[in-house]
Amino acid sequence: MTPFTVLTATAAPLIRDNIDTDAIIPSREMKSTGKTGLADGLFSPWRYLSPGGRDPDPAFVLNQPAYADARILLGGVNFGCGSSREHAVWALAEYGIRAVIAPSFAPIFAGNCTRNGIVPVVLPADAIAGIAAHGGAVTVDLPAQRVSLADGRAWPFDIGAEAKAMLLEGLDAIDLTFKHRADIAAFQAADRKARPWIYLGETKA
Amino acid sequence: MTGRRWRRKWRHDLPDPRTLFAKIWDRHVVASLDGGADLVAIDRIFLHERTGAAALNSLKAAGRPVANPSRVFCVMDHIVDTRPGRDDRTLMPGGQAFITETRAAARDAGITLFDVTDPDQGIVHVVSPELGIVLPGCTLIAPDSHTCTQGAFGALAWGIGSSEAEHAMATGTLRLARPKTMRVTFTGELAPGVTPKDMMLALIARHGAGGGKGHAVEFAGSAVEALDMEGRMTLCNMATEFAAMTGMIAPDEKTFAWLDGRRYAPGGAMLAAAVAEWRTLATDPGAAFDAEIAIDAATIEPMVSWGTSPEHSAGISGAVPIDAPERPLAYIGLGPGQPIGGTPIDAAFIGSCTNGRLSDLRRAAALLKGRHVAPGVKALVVPGSMAVRRAAEAEGLDRVFTEAGFEWRMSGCSMCFYAGGESFPAGSRVISSTNRNFEGRQGPGIRTHIASPETVAASAIAGRIADPRDIAA
Ligand code: SF4
Repeated sequence: MTPFTVLTATAAPLIRDNIDTDAIIPSREMKSTGKTGLADGLFSPWRYLSPGGRDPDPAFVLNQPAYADARILLGGVNFGCGSSREHAVWALAEYGIRAVIAPSFAPIFAGNCTRNGIVPVVLPADAIAGIAAHGGAVTVDLPAQRVSLADGRAWPFDIGAEAKAMLLEGLDAIDLTFKHRADIAAFQAADRKARPWIYLGETKA
Repeated sequence: MTGRRWRRKWRHDLPDPRTLFAKIWDRHVVASLDGGADLVAIDRIFLHERTGAAALNSLKAAGRPVANPSRVFCVMDHIVDTRPGRDDRTLMPGGQAFITETRAAARDAGITLFDVTDPDQGIVHVVSPELGIVLPGCTLIAPDSHTCTQGAFGALAWGIGSSEAEHAMATGTLRLARPKTMRVTFTGELAPGVTPKDMMLALIARHGAGGGKGHAVEFAGSAVEALDMEGRMTLCNMATEFAAMTGMIAPDEKTFAWLDGRRYAPGGAMLAAAVAEWRTLATDPGAAFDAEIAIDAATIEPMVSWGTSPEHSAGISGAVPIDAPERPLAYIGLGPGQPIGGTPIDAAFIGSCTNGRLSDLRRAAALLKGRHVAPGVKALVVPGSMAVRRAAEAEGLDRVFTEAGFEWRMSGCSMCFYAGGESFPAGSRVISSTNRNFEGRQGPGIRTHIASPETVAASAIAGRIADPRDIAA
């Protein structure tokens, strides 16, 4: 995973509430069992003129020249709700989005972001409106937990310590957890005695 | 919290009262991680064919075996064909590869697979409880947002992404920040004709689709206790539509009776030992939640959605709000202030992990018996599992549905969502017993109204959105 520290980039406003993962990547765009080849399908219901087509809808923000190089997305409340498909985040990442700024996120989506190098930044709706109105480059500073504009305005944001560390260092969570192998083995040995019904399948063969 | 705990111990030397959620969470903490997260043991993992191959193949490519294959299950449900006589072929373009690749990966990993033509096949959240795979007090995850359904058993069950599924399979754990807790108490009694689906739509309509954000939500109160297990599953199913991490209900005698004799549940002396532990799981009197909501169940009427989020829902005798936002209305083709009842429909769908169980089918069939769907309405019913289908056929429900003009399908997710395969005719207005009314959820341009199976049945007969209470069953 690509580490994230500080990013200054164009932020595309897509400020609608409850943007769901079906809109970010419709199920019909998940054409293979892999994690790639998804950027084309990103926001396809809005980005293209016809379902399944590839003619850009000029009204859609990412199709506008001013936002062609956007790497930050501004969203509405409950961003990423709906299906748990991680493809939504893979599609965003493949397209080049590295941070999404929204007043709130669906929990599964936010977790998927931090595992794929995208920072889910929670800011109040009025701050997001201010950033959108400003229109210039936006800086997301993860170590300082701060979003700022060239005009000096800045907003602090909260992010979990674990999510922050994983994003900053681009860590693989599985490797981190393997450091606890002994704890896991000890837990399971004790638990097998305490709650044998959880482990029934191991003996059934 | 620390202060409160200290005071109690000092005063009474009693254990701190804990919530159902806290009891399960605390029991599963393997280690505390830097930064306040916990390493939490995962008891059960469920995969499906839409994302199963991706997770299993990615693990394999990284040289990481599945740590506990006997506790990992996989089912083919999302894109399988639901027309009788089906095989691996599916109407979704390219869909067959998802089925064949998931099958190969599941076999390779040594996990239990419920395959397309298996008698146990069905929707993941229907199959798992049917087979006794979910148990009270267990942690269960699946890369599917409606995994919260299974919290109805007093389990901690929630949806995750593919990376977390890989992590859980490789390590038997997940790294998690402890969520906040919320209790939603439904006091009093439901009025006749009002169902758990209506309870959830009312909750989300009143408190917003983000109302439960990130919380582990416990459903409690007399109206919840009165529900049977299937109703409880419907309730917990839509916790994700409330942006909650999960929904859960304290296990009770109904829960234990349901599990007795199920294939993967304990039996005999081990069941007795398990039940003894499960009885201790319920939230202690006086336990504190981070948030509380109370709703008088008697104030709820049958609900129907009018927009493109479950929060866009109203009572069937109500109307689209005067101040409804433009975009959802433009999509759904209704105007502000327009009454919801009476809106003509093109299609009716009964099924899904929300409302595709035997009791759902029974209640819909009771309204349909001796009646027929309105001319021009396409209607289909898709049982939540093949076991549901067989049980329904044994009662003759299939004949009631087909005689009423419904198609009677094999089990699967079917037209609950659109993957590029089967859909309704373009632009159709569909009344559906499913859980999501998002733009395009059931197909490009399809306008979905979510409601209870009763409301779907009544509307199918009327050809327009109709109140099931107006039909004497
Ligand atoms: S029935 Fe619908 S909501 Fe349930 S698991 Fe299948 S696609 Fe998801």
